[in-house]
Amino acid sequence: MGPALKLVAQRVALGLLLLFLVSALIFAGTQILPGDVAQSILGQSATPEALANLRRDLGLNEPAITRYFDWLVGALQGDLGTALTNGQDIAKSIGGRMKNTLFLAFWAAVIAVPLAIFLGLLAVRFRDRWPDKLISAVTLASISIPEFLIGYVIMYVVGVKLRWFPSVAMINDSMSLGEKLSSIAMPVMVLTLVVLAHMMRMTRAAILNVMQSAYIETAELKGLNRFQVICRHAFPNSIAPIVNVVMLNLAYLVVGVVVIEVVFTYPGMGQYLVDHVSKRDVPVVQACGLIFAAVYIGLNMVADIVSILSNPRLRHPK
Amino acid sequence: MNDAMLDVRDLRIGATAYPPGEPPREIEIVHGVSFTLEKGKVLGLIGESGAGKSTIGLAALGYGRGGVEITGGEVWVNGRDILKGGLRGLRQLRGAEVSYVAQSAAAAFNPAKRLMEQVTEAAIHHNRFSRSDAEARAVALFAKLGLPDPETFGNRYPHQVSGGQLQRAMTALALCPQPDLVVFDEPTTALDVTTQIDVLAAIKEAIRDTGVAALYITHDLAVVAQVSDDIMVLRDGDMVEYGSTDQIINSPQEDYTRALVSVRSIEHAEKPPTPDPVLRVWGITARYKGTPFDVLHDVSVDLHPGQTLAVVGESGSGKSTLARVITGLLPPRAGGIEFAGRTLSPALERRTREDLREVQMIYQMADVAMNPRQTVGTIIGRPLEFYFGMRGAEKRKRVKELLDEIEMGDGFIDRYPAELSGGQKQRVCIARALAAKPRMIICDEVTSALDPLVADGILKLLLDLQKIENVAYLFITHDLATVRAIADSIAVMHRGKVVRYGPKSQVLNPPFDDYTDLLLSSVPEMKLGWLEQVIAHRRMESAGN
Repeated sequence: MGPALKLVAQRVALGLLLLFLVSALIFAGTQILPGDVAQSILGQSATPEALANLRRDLGLNEPAITRYFDWLVGALQGDLGTALTNGQDIAKSIGGRMKNTLFLAFWAAVIAVPLAIFLGLLAVRFRDRWPDKLISAVTLASISIPEFLIGYVIMYVVGVKLRWFPSVAMINDSMSLGEKLSSIAMPVMVLTLVVLAHMMRMTRAAILNVMQSAYIETAELKGLNRFQVICRHAFPNSIAPIVNVVMLNLAYLVVGVVVIEVVFTYPGMGQYLVDHVSKRDVPVVQACGLIFAAVYIGLNMVADIVSILSNPRLRHPK
Repeated sequence: MNDAMLDVRDLRIGATAYPPGEPPREIEIVHGVSFTLEKGKVLGLIGESGAGKSTIGLAALGYGRGGVEITGGEVWVNGRDILKGGLRGLRQLRGAEVSYVAQSAAAAFNPAKRLMEQVTEAAIHHNRFSRSDAEARAVALFAKLGLPDPETFGNRYPHQVSGGQLQRAMTALALCPQPDLVVFDEPTTALDVTTQIDVLAAIKEAIRDTGVAALYITHDLAVVAQVSDDIMVLRDGDMVEYGSTDQIINSPQEDYTRALVSVRSIEHAEKPPTPDPVLRVWGITARYKGTPFDVLHDVSVDLHPGQTLAVVGESGSGKSTLARVITGLLPPRAGGIEFAGRTLSPALERRTREDLREVQMIYQMADVAMNPRQTVGTIIGRPLEFYFGMRGAEKRKRVKELLDEIEMGDGFIDRYPAELSGGQKQRVCIARALAAKPRMIICDEVTSALDPLVADGILKLLLDLQKIENVAYLFITHDLATVRAIADSIAVMHRGKVVRYGPKSQVLNPPFDDYTDLLLSSVPEMKLGWLEQVIAHRRMESAGN
């Protein structure tokens, strides 16, 4: 495991470094934003004394670097500060939202990833014949249509006309799993359609690339049928590019669902973020930004690690 | 019905050709070839590239590579015309009754799977053996083929074993399902000679012990003479001659066969060394950046004006690295290079244009050494412009002269590389090197990618040009027949060291050091029973030690 382990350790270290840099960027970004936190809390009519007091209480008179490290150390300990608008503990309110977002992302991924890979394999199996063209056409069409439009169309057809599922995806802890699933069915459908094309196209391209190899001919000359050749011999050699694109899409499922959450009024991170951006609640925006960045970097790190581990030369050195 | 194991009748194979600048068209690449093969016999298919030998071999599995399709004729295997069974029937045949050994085992094994899984896959897939029986068979085959630790060999991944071992594992893969016929497609071509001989012996023994019939495809008549009972000579998709191995080797009937048998018969008398060598390389030690070990150790050789120094060795011996050091691409860690009495800077950037002009290079792959979007005239004209400032009519005239010198004629001046044959491309590269009027040309495996007859033509041309231009060649090759044909002096390299160096007559004659002896005795000779003699001789020697 020598070289593989070393590379994995490198990736993890790089991921942490990147996360650190991103946190600095988020902090700096929110500092540059015009306006003053104290001012936005107290409003235009606040007296200079009141502003000065609040600034002191919030620690805004400290140098930026001190505030940054205070914030970072707090974040590492799970203390994301308090929201300016309602004075609530951010970590607490995000916790529930995050759970909901992950719940939605998880079920979308459980359906979309295997489906995309299966469709990709199918497209290779029937390359340039009608199943391939149909799969490509449908998935490309679904990625080309804006997701809010797909959302409303599905809501109209499935929710309003057919009345299969509730059109507002509200969930809470008192619901059973079945009720929850029924509630998120429509957003899951939309998300699946949105992320499917990308993963399916990459699966198809990566496998077709491998299909040119001499060992594919060896497999065919063993008398295996085409689907066996693709699944047993081509797929294991195309894992790295496929995992990469899968992870990018998983990250999208977590951080990119803002629009879908708003469309279906789903109580997830996205809606929470949108609410507080419009209210200029800087600590909440910082906290959400940090969490989204961590998800993105984490999933990409997993993709890198899987790529490394899927390479037999690194896993089994000479 | 007849009782031949394989009966090919009037086989015709077509493909789609894509000539540059023209619409694609259908062409026939095998024109009605017929032969039969009995159980336990070996038929050698021999010919140059484009002869259709691999295509015919694959047709025995009903397979066409790329856009190749079987357009006519019959292929009977075990009394059944396999072309009539459809794809389903072919899949039942492939890997069960007929199996295939590819030229490059390194590419033909799936890098993501362990060897055992790949070797036993066909046998298990076709229900010929249970998994445990198939694995036991594989271990027995590994042992028979002389692979190390046969019990655990299958646990390794392809990248964990050497090229020669992988080629043997490929043979085990083909034999594991107990087929009736194995198609060997150039199974030893990619190997070094000293490895080739062991693999060849292992394959021959395996064929004999298992009683399998085999088609043995190669361009090397000396190799096929060692393993086959009959030989069929092919050229451009036609059968030229078909007979017993003894008849083909010892009394060939057709001119083409005779040319193949007598190939590599260039005679070149060596010239004596001169007092002032054009190139002196002394004490070169070199390593590649970021690697912890030296690939050249204290290498010293001289090259005399108008003569040829052959640097010979197997892959990894450091011979191409030596060329990189001389050209300045890889500055050495120690040692120096003296050229025409002056010291050459070790680094390319610090050499003068005159230094660059006087040392030219010709590469193994003429294909990739030329810009495909430039005409022959532009390619050859470039050094004329760069070194001598020639332009317009003057340049064109000189290009035509050079084309004459390489025996191609000025009709080629406006052609593109894609329109040339392999031999013609290499000639253009020679003309480009000559255009600079160099004192020395480094030839790096320049004939290795060419068919023997074409290679012979190139070697003759190089010798003729040497006489006219008095240019010295540093000739890098792994092929000892080429060395015999062209060298004045020889440096034998092994693991980065020069193990033997001197005039040709001295290097190629006893007393030998161990490595040179092994190398020389491993080169297949065009006579029957050579392989058995060498193997017997080696066994006796190792028993004596």
